[in-house]
Amino acid sequence: MSLAVIVAIAMFAGILLYALFGGADFGSGFFDLTAGGSERGGELRVLIDHSIGPVWEANHVWLIYILVIWWTGFPETFAAATTTLTLPLALALVGIVLRGASFAFRKYSATLAQARLFGAVFAGSSLITPFFLGAAAGAVASGRVPAQGNGDQLGSWLNPTSLFGGLIAVGTCAFLAGAFLTADASRSRHDALAEVLRIRTIGVGIATGIVVFAALIPIRNDSPTLSDRLLGPAAPLIVISAAAGLATLVMLHRRSYSSARFAAVAAVASVVIGWGVAQYPWMLVDEVRIADAAGAPATLAGLLVVVALAVVLVVPALGYLFWLTQSDRWTDAEHAA
Amino acid sequence: MDFTGVVSQLMAASDAPPGLLPAREQMALSLGWHIILACFGVAFPTMIYVVHRRGIVRDDPVALGLAKRWAKISAVLFAIGAVSGTVLSFEMGILWPGLMGRFGDVLGLPFAFEGLSFFIEAIFLGIYLYGWDRMPARLHLAMLIPMAAAGVFGTFFVVSVNAWMNNPTGFRIVDGEVTDVNPWQAMFNDGVWLQFAHMWVAAFMVVGFVVSGVYAAGMLRGRVDAHHRLGFTVPFVFATVAALVQPLIGHVLGLRVGNTQPAKLAAFELATTTEQPAPLRLGGVLIDGKVYGAIDIPMIGSLIARNSFDKPVPGLDTIPVADQPPVNITHLAFQSMVGIGTLLAVAVVVFWLARWRGHDLLSKRWFLRGAVIAGPLAIIAMEAGWIATEVGRQPWIVWQVLRTSDAASQSAGLWWSLAAAVVVYVGMTIGATVVLRSMARRWRAGEEDLPTPYGPRSAPVDEAAGR
Repeated sequence: MSLAVIVAIAMFAGILLYALFGGADFGSGFFDLTAGGSERGGELRVLIDHSIGPVWEANHVWLIYILVIWWTGFPETFAAATTTLTLPLALALVGIVLRGASFAFRKYSATLAQARLFGAVFAGSSLITPFFLGAAAGAVASGRVPAQGNGDQLGSWLNPTSLFGGLIAVGTCAFLAGAFLTADASRSRHDALAEVLRIRTIGVGIATGIVVFAALIPIRNDSPTLSDRLLGPAAPLIVISAAAGLATLVMLHRRSYSSARFAAVAAVASVVIGWGVAQYPWMLVDEVRIADAAGAPATLAGLLVVVALAVVLVVPALGYLFWLTQSDRWTDAEHAA
Repeated sequence: MDFTGVVSQLMAASDAPPGLLPAREQMALSLGWHIILACFGVAFPTMIYVVHRRGIVRDDPVALGLAKRWAKISAVLFAIGAVSGTVLSFEMGILWPGLMGRFGDVLGLPFAFEGLSFFIEAIFLGIYLYGWDRMPARLHLAMLIPMAAAGVFGTFFVVSVNAWMNNPTGFRIVDGEVTDVNPWQAMFNDGVWLQFAHMWVAAFMVVGFVVSGVYAAGMLRGRVDAHHRLGFTVPFVFATVAALVQPLIGHVLGLRVGNTQPAKLAAFELATTTEQPAPLRLGGVLIDGKVYGAIDIPMIGSLIARNSFDKPVPGLDTIPVADQPPVNITHLAFQSMVGIGTLLAVAVVVFWLARWRGHDLLSKRWFLRGAVIAGPLAIIAMEAGWIATEVGRQPWIVWQVLRTSDAASQSAGLWWSLAAAVVVYVGMTIGATVVLRSMARRWRAGEEDLPTPYGPRSAPVDEAAGR
């Protein structure tokens, strides 16, 4: 395996982790938006605060990790994507800024009126970002980012693959968030809230599953290169995703919330990895292969040092953070609070 | 013709790409905004550590109270710092595709290391913010150490990229192609250590003066108590050390500029012609090749810029017009930075000398007023420093290798992007101001925990407030 492919896999690992953990944080916005009025929704919004508050900034850094590996390891394709997908990337960025800022502002709002305003911005922008990042991914995957950059500013992301990519991103984020929040609610003994979340998450899961599999039809015509491999080498992953998705729904139905989280992660991870396998060996589908996109070998080797440090330093620290937030001591303190 | 077309025609130079001017404006706005928060990310954890540790070790409730409040403040500041830093990541590609596409694999590695630093800071921030009363006290305190360390490393790596833009190395250009890339050599370029030291110390000046200024403002309004004295003193000590060290670092860095970037030095010093010895030219503007309104102090220019009473400062006349930076902005920004930095260094010396002689200046209203103003002044000095070095590097984005006009986006649509950025940053500034002020107000009113208004406990109160 070439150095370029190894670096590309390391970058894709970042995409996967961002889609799962960053995605779950963004998905919380959907449940915040649909939580109801300030009195009825207060309990759920506090749960969301506790659930994503300690982790969202750390999960967000996966995006930075992806971007720096992309522009350092595969600089020309990065410039090609940013000059073609300026609009969806800028809109995703607006969502990122508004989401992060208003989430922090809401927590320390003085009045309910302020909290409502910041909360609405937080929830709305949480949906914008996954949609446009998904649309941008669809543009790359459907071969609409030309190697030399400055491609079609609108057509590159206003097409069936991109639109389904955006919808799938929003749906999978909400599905993950639902699975995590239901488990959090149950663990902190908010049983009534867990019931509400359980029903909504099952609904979101069914809708997202339908979108994911319905997307295979338009993608067939719209992105033949991607589709051939989706239905070829990536087919087992599609099957796994379907099975894991169904398992999640069954577990939620049976109220095994703790295991439902893992099944939901498996379902979404299979979809994302399926896209990665389908896109291989292209960096920009139909335009530039990974090997041809790679920058200087010395730099790729340097990036491997960064990846190794990430494995040694970041992953254990992140594991510690996740372990703490899931520990009884933290949950009990929340409950007491 | 549409709006963007008209604006581009009016504002851009004839041969420049339509994206150049909006790209530069947006970069200046977003970097200038983010850098203030980055300073807090770098310096604030260390200051919180000092008061938090004092609170635990000396069982000092005042210090512990400060640490709790500063932690909440940092939750807000670090959140908007994280997202505004992300903006810069996207902008590298959206605004400067000609730089990133061609040199991404030369300059990118420090960014990747900076990403790791950011990771560590974000992870331990999450643990620290939510760890109050949920972890053993000492362990909880220790969570600040990786945050503070990540701030140091992060500064080094980010500044490393900027230093490379001033001192490009680690590659060759053969027939227009970038080749022989050595990213480590690029990262550890000749300018990196001094530039890093300059920015790192600047971060402590900014945060030290801003935070101590907040407590000075409280004392001006009659809130003179142990809380305000400690809240003033800890950041002020950091600011003192930083303000005294900074002129030395700046001087050495300035000497380097004379050797490596003579055009920038000429603009700093408003040296239109080579003079030997060169005067120190205070203030003044260059109009049609003539200097107006400057005060010249003989020989001091050579002393400051070249460390000698008679070495010349090469003038702008030795540099082709096409390679000259915008002189007036560079000169005035540079001198604002130096002037404010000198003023702040004198001010801290006055404070500690008076204290040594037994006078407590914290009881003097004139000093407190000065301490309040020192915060914004430190920010202005840092911004002016960035303007001086960035504008002084023009017309190059990579010194004598790549012109800014060749790096900028071709898209005139960037005017819309700039307009959106202005709206978002104004909104974020207003939001942060409203929230931070309301936090301070509630603390003064005796609340400590600041519960969320939609939370179950606080609901009745807030419903009453909402009516």
